[in-house]
Amino acid sequence: MSQTYIELLRRALDEELSLDPAVHLLGEDVAAGGAFGVTKGLAQKHGARRVRNTPISEAAIAGLATGAALCGLRPVLEIMFIDFATLALDCLVNQSAKYRYMSGGQLAVPMVVRTQAGAAGGAAAQHSQSLESWFIHVPGLVVVAPSSPVEAYGLLKRSIRLGDPVLFIEHKRLYALREELPANLPLPDIGRARVARAGCDVTVITYSAMVGSALEAADIVAGQGLSAEVIDLRTLTPLDMQTVAASVMKTHRVVIAHEAVRNGGVGAEIAARLAGELFDELDAPITRVGCRFAPIPFAPELERAVLPGTADIVRAVQAACA
Amino acid sequence: MRAVIDTGDPGLEEWKRLFGQLWRIRAFEGQVQTLAAAGEVPGFAHLSTGQEAVAVGVCAHLGREDALFTSHRGHGHVLAKGSDARAMLAEIIGRSTGLCQGHGGSMHLVDAPNGVLGATGVVGGNLPLAAGAAWAAQARGKAAISVVFFGDGATGAGIFHETVNLSVLWQLPVLFVCENNGYAEFTSREEHSTVGSVRAFADPYGMAAATVDGNDLPAVFEAAREATARVRSGAGPYLLECMTHRMAGHYVGDAQHYRSREELAAVTAKCPIERMKRRLLGLAVAREELDAIGEAAIREMAQAVADARAGAPADPRMALCHVYGAPALQANPGAGE
Repeated sequence: MSQTYIELLRRALDEELSLDPAVHLLGEDVAAGGAFGVTKGLAQKHGARRVRNTPISEAAIAGLATGAALCGLRPVLEIMFIDFATLALDCLVNQSAKYRYMSGGQLAVPMVVRTQAGAAGGAAAQHSQSLESWFIHVPGLVVVAPSSPVEAYGLLKRSIRLGDPVLFIEHKRLYALREELPANLPLPDIGRARVARAGCDVTVITYSAMVGSALEAADIVAGQGLSAEVIDLRTLTPLDMQTVAASVMKTHRVVIAHEAVRNGGVGAEIAARLAGELFDELDAPITRVGCRFAPIPFAPELERAVLPGTADIVRAVQAACA
Repeated sequence: MRAVIDTGDPGLEEWKRLFGQLWRIRAFEGQVQTLAAAGEVPGFAHLSTGQEAVAVGVCAHLGREDALFTSHRGHGHVLAKGSDARAMLAEIIGRSTGLCQGHGGSMHLVDAPNGVLGATGVVGGNLPLAAGAAWAAQARGKAAISVVFFGDGATGAGIFHETVNLSVLWQLPVLFVCENNGYAEFTSREEHSTVGSVRAFADPYGMAAATVDGNDLPAVFEAAREATARVRSGAGPYLLECMTHRMAGHYVGDAQHYRSREELAAVTAKCPIERMKRRLLGLAVAREELDAIGEAAIREMAQAVADARAGAPADPRMALCHVYGAPALQANPGAGE
């Protein structure tokens, strides 16, 4: 039986709540199911003490979760939109990320901040952003961006058990996607990318919702005789450069695709590393696909005009292989 | 103001011990000032000189299992909680023998086994952490409480109000101790807030609160006794506003041009150590005994500096340690660089 991205996130939370009494959920409306219904029914099943509604106080609830994590809880905090993480940045950047380090290893912050990002039609400039690159700039944070329902399930379970603060970025466009959870599926390792599709002519490095676009693009260029390998990074910190390098040494051509703008983005980081470490392996300039450098607009025509998609990846692959 | 002998009076020997604690903080901060002036303290040093009675009066009611969070002006709190002066000084001068192996410094002292869970250099950032520690204690059925020290300047931050609201809503066992020294860094309270007292912020949230003369050790002791007992009883959070004075500047090297000579003289006249000394003299404790207590503290801290200096410098090989805990992340070159 297939389940949606939302249902498999809920299943992961439900299982971890059952397995470990230290796991607690908190956030705005989470006891009522959350804005997207991810936590629906969990307060009824696990109790209102473990699945708790909070005021609209992102700064305080991020601090609350961090303080509780220092003292033995494993809080899973929901920040409804990544756009609102701006309000929690002091805590995430100055406290959560640095506590283990500043304390000389005496303390840890085993906390997951679940949030969702990306554009999905008309949510406009303050509910559609992809801000992940802000967080990969901060040592001490782990950044996870799952691309499918099954990936979301496994990576969320791993994130809750990890022991370091994790920013877990879901994508609202993936929420209704369905997939069947295979029996006895091993959970993915945090920090290990996956080859979503094998190929030999070009490597498309991507994550989150753009993995789907890259797979579509790979199908299209296959009809034109081009074999694209698609790498789903899964985690943006740490970056699995081993898996990336193995692919690039096979294909010698690289396209990096993400929904975030290119300026200062994850793609810039990967491109710099590849240029530094595998310069001699590259047969073509590295190409980046990303959002146009504008706030996400409201009107669908405008939104489509800035967002990257399958066609952009196809063009980039064709250019890289020209 | 309460007399020394009152309900819950801990007895003369305990008062003398607490008097010694005031002196230990004063002497500790004196050493930090000297070290900073000599260039031995990397970065900034913020002294709590003049505010000792708040630290001592509150921490007298805390056990090791109680969580303490402090601010950039936190040396006194950590010392009063019972942490080792040598390990604190070693941290403040950046030695590998410091509490945090030189990873934290003056503004980020942590001594987890002693319940000192951290100090934050971002004003107000410690408040929700303390509430979180209190939530963990509540959720795990522990008797421990959480205490956070902050200045009146922190009430200018929205996070103060967010945290108070949440703490009352969830009835968290957290004690908010405001050291109202009348200054947000260089800016006086009159210039940074239209609300006269910090205690007043408790009312709309329905939080129990009190204001006390923070330079009067017995008064702080008694107020903190009531506050901690109430928080321990499960009655929810409490705000204790302690009116005090910063005898030193915002940081070592601050010339305090924004304070008049008269103001500084008045602050010196309110010295909590002198006040406690007069109280103890009034209880027929010999002047020589009180002087000896002060001298012992000064000797202890001089020795603590010598011990701290003897520690090995921070080890550059440790610079990439403690960024992550998970083994897979430590090993991944992408995680740390």
